[in-house]
Amino acid sequence: MVYDVAIIGAGVTGAMTARELSRYELSVCVIEKESDVAMGASKANSGIVHAGFDAKSGTLKARFNVEGSLMMEKITKELGVKYKRNGSMVLAFREEERDVLLELYERGIRNGVGGLEIINGERIRELEENVSDKALYALHAKTGAIVCPYELTIAAMGHAMDNGVELFLESRVLDISCDNGAFEVETTKGTIKARYIINAAGLYADKISRMVGDDSFEITPRKGEYLLLDKELCGLVGHTIFKVPTKMGKGVLVSPTVDGNILLGPTSEDVYDKEDTQTTRVGIEKIINSAAECVKNIPFGSVITSFTGLRATTKNGDFLITAPKPNFLNLAGIDSPGLTAAPAIAVHVSNMLKDMGLELVEKKDYTSTRKIYQVEKSRYNKMVCRCEKVSEGKIIEAIHTNPKAITVDAIKRRTRSGMGRCQGGFCMPSVVSILARELGIDVCEVRKSGGDSRIVVGKKE
Amino acid sequence: MQTKDLVIIGGGPAGMAAAVSAYGKGIRDLLIIERDESLGGILQQCIHNGFGLHMFKEELTGPEYAWRYEKMILDLGIPFKLNSMVVDISKDKVITYVNEEEGEVKIKAKAIILAMGCRERSRGALNIPGTRPAGIYTAGTAQKFINMMGLMVGRQVVILGSGDIGLIMARRMTLEGASVKAVCEIMPYSSGLARNIVQCLDDFNIPLKLGHTVTKIHGKDRLEGVTISKVDENRRPIPGTEEYIECDTLLLSVGLIPENELTKGMGIELDGSTKGAVVDQNRETSLEGVFSCGNVLHVHDLVDYVSEEAYIAGEAAARYIKGERVKNKNISVTASDNVSYVVPQRISSDNEKVKIYFRTKNELDNVQIIVSDCEKVVCKAKRRKTKPGEMEYVTMAEDVLKNIKGNEISLKVIGE
Repeated sequence: MVYDVAIIGAGVTGAMTARELSRYELSVCVIEKESDVAMGASKANSGIVHAGFDAKSGTLKARFNVEGSLMMEKITKELGVKYKRNGSMVLAFREEERDVLLELYERGIRNGVGGLEIINGERIRELEENVSDKALYALHAKTGAIVCPYELTIAAMGHAMDNGVELFLESRVLDISCDNGAFEVETTKGTIKARYIINAAGLYADKISRMVGDDSFEITPRKGEYLLLDKELCGLVGHTIFKVPTKMGKGVLVSPTVDGNILLGPTSEDVYDKEDTQTTRVGIEKIINSAAECVKNIPFGSVITSFTGLRATTKNGDFLITAPKPNFLNLAGIDSPGLTAAPAIAVHVSNMLKDMGLELVEKKDYTSTRKIYQVEKSRYNKMVCRCEKVSEGKIIEAIHTNPKAITVDAIKRRTRSGMGRCQGGFCMPSVVSILARELGIDVCEVRKSGGDSRIVVGKKE
Repeated sequence: MQTKDLVIIGGGPAGMAAAVSAYGKGIRDLLIIERDESLGGILQQCIHNGFGLHMFKEELTGPEYAWRYEKMILDLGIPFKLNSMVVDISKDKVITYVNEEEGEVKIKAKAIILAMGCRERSRGALNIPGTRPAGIYTAGTAQKFINMMGLMVGRQVVILGSGDIGLIMARRMTLEGASVKAVCEIMPYSSGLARNIVQCLDDFNIPLKLGHTVTKIHGKDRLEGVTISKVDENRRPIPGTEEYIECDTLLLSVGLIPENELTKGMGIELDGSTKGAVVDQNRETSLEGVFSCGNVLHVHDLVDYVSEEAYIAGEAAARYIKGERVKNKNISVTASDNVSYVVPQRISSDNEKVKIYFRTKNELDNVQIIVSDCEKVVCKAKRRKTKPGEMEYVTMAEDVLKNIKGNEISLKVIGE
């Protein structure tokens, strides 16, 4: 068959686009090289719905940030994912930094951001008692919010699939050719034909675009390391706390997550290796020092995990949304505020496709909510993960609800089983057994994540 | 709402012994709530022997030790719920648990014994740099896979941390056919029992690398190797000492943390050193009628001591229920020189005798244990050697307790 649209990449941009297109009478597929959706920058970022004062006026980032920020609350409600408008603060520690705050304030107004104010030290500490005494001023953005980035991506893709979108996992794109007006996408799992292609391949968007003869841009991975603190610190800060930004980004933030942890990070370092998701000692130290400048009394002994995300950046720093070939769209360089912007980019993409001649007819049987797999009620009373209180019912649900979890990490991202303070020490053996049973595979075949990441290597002799 | 005289949270060694002891003191309206599918707790996966030397004067395996108590529970007809997870306990002692058959149930208790045990510290808490492949497990998780599920977690193994579970797992992995390449310990001494180092490492020629830690994890899908480094006196890795070890498995035995989330939820005072509740000699917490014992109170090295402590808590809970509680907790006990913690942290001067348990911060020889009040030394004891990995105690007799001046005593240790 020939799909109307093939989306390459199941990150938040690809998933939101798939969901938007699933409203129409189209055959759509998403091609993903990893074993789950949200495996790149979408699973390892700050989870911030940015207010929109940071991006330079007139850029795509500014436009889609503000539009996306306004759409996010409604979308999260439709998808049944957590969203919290916690507000954000950009701290100034020196008198001269006040000018930067003013600049951000004015830029925010120009970009159409509401709810901005500049506050003094006294007011900062009224709102956040743990913010450093050295903070003199802050830009307070009341519309700043938080979401869980992979929860949002999973839900968006699931909803798209409930409306007919197909997802091909562990299918790396090897080459793209054009034949008789349709593209042939050669993957590690076979060839897929489509009339339109949307390149949402994140770090590899340059490589995919080169396959159709466009070598006009390059993607540089920008490494961001994070530390996550135990939920017992919930309440350390309520707002997302930034320092004044530099040209490498918004710097290390201290923020609550929607799940009640405290997140510290990211570092910001341009690297060459697109698979370099290692955490480093230097990075961890940088986060600790930087976070301690903004917020007092952070108990760094309560770190429960660390992780690294690689953000896809382009040279000019803006999103790169282009059509280098007929019927081929690049959604490249979607780094921060990409998470916030994704829903707005998705709408923009459907308009672009329409302009390219794709007919968009609304589906009659479109379902506006996700289809959750029904599990026997009693299973929800059998607890598997004690730290996050996750039941067997929730785990079975994750294995059978779109997009279906096939690995231990995929279950963790959907249910939070193994994401708490013991980091799976207690629940992992049970999760492995449940996965094997529900998928009908041997326990030795159960994987942590993609590739050959088997949890156990064999049965005891 | 259902009511009970006594509800015991956790059916491991502490919970079972506490139940037996409370029953022995006349409590009949009691219930044990256990989240696993059998009683026994972590003992069920500890199939090696060495349990029970103090309590039963014989060497038992973990499941055998557990069975001794399970049998008492069954013979006495003490009721218990399995596969039931306590999700909340309120300050006024209403316990909420869930299980598959009953859904959510609430019970109001006159007294509660907290016996939830502990959990293992994870990789995240250590901040080891590198990738996040499969093949990194806490020693206890690996033990469950191997001993309970018959599954091998790997073939070439490095173990970080020389706690007892790590040592036991070094031997277990070797016996199951894996190659254990090294046990790394960041401290200059092992936190495990001396007998375990001999029986689990020395007997199998497994190198114990003291003053070493894992500084990097390698491998994308499955672990491919680790870099280990020597550390300086501040436990910082020394550049230039890196050594790469090829392995598909890294086991972590880097400490146990009492599982006190329910305790915290009740607003009970915790001790920053033990990570358990602050208790008196009856193991009663700062909340009247709530007791704590076993590894949820402080991490023990021998299950025999867990049972012993649970007897104290069980009997005290029985007295509390019958209205015979000793209310006077007038003296606080603090850890001083070379001592990392003491349990109990509060005692009463009108007592028969009290054993103060403690751990030292360092390995010491020719040790003097000195307990002083505000004026003078009240009690002294000697040991040939003390190690942080081996819990110590000092017994304070009735007349010593009576003569304490002031409301604070401190315990210090002097040695070479």
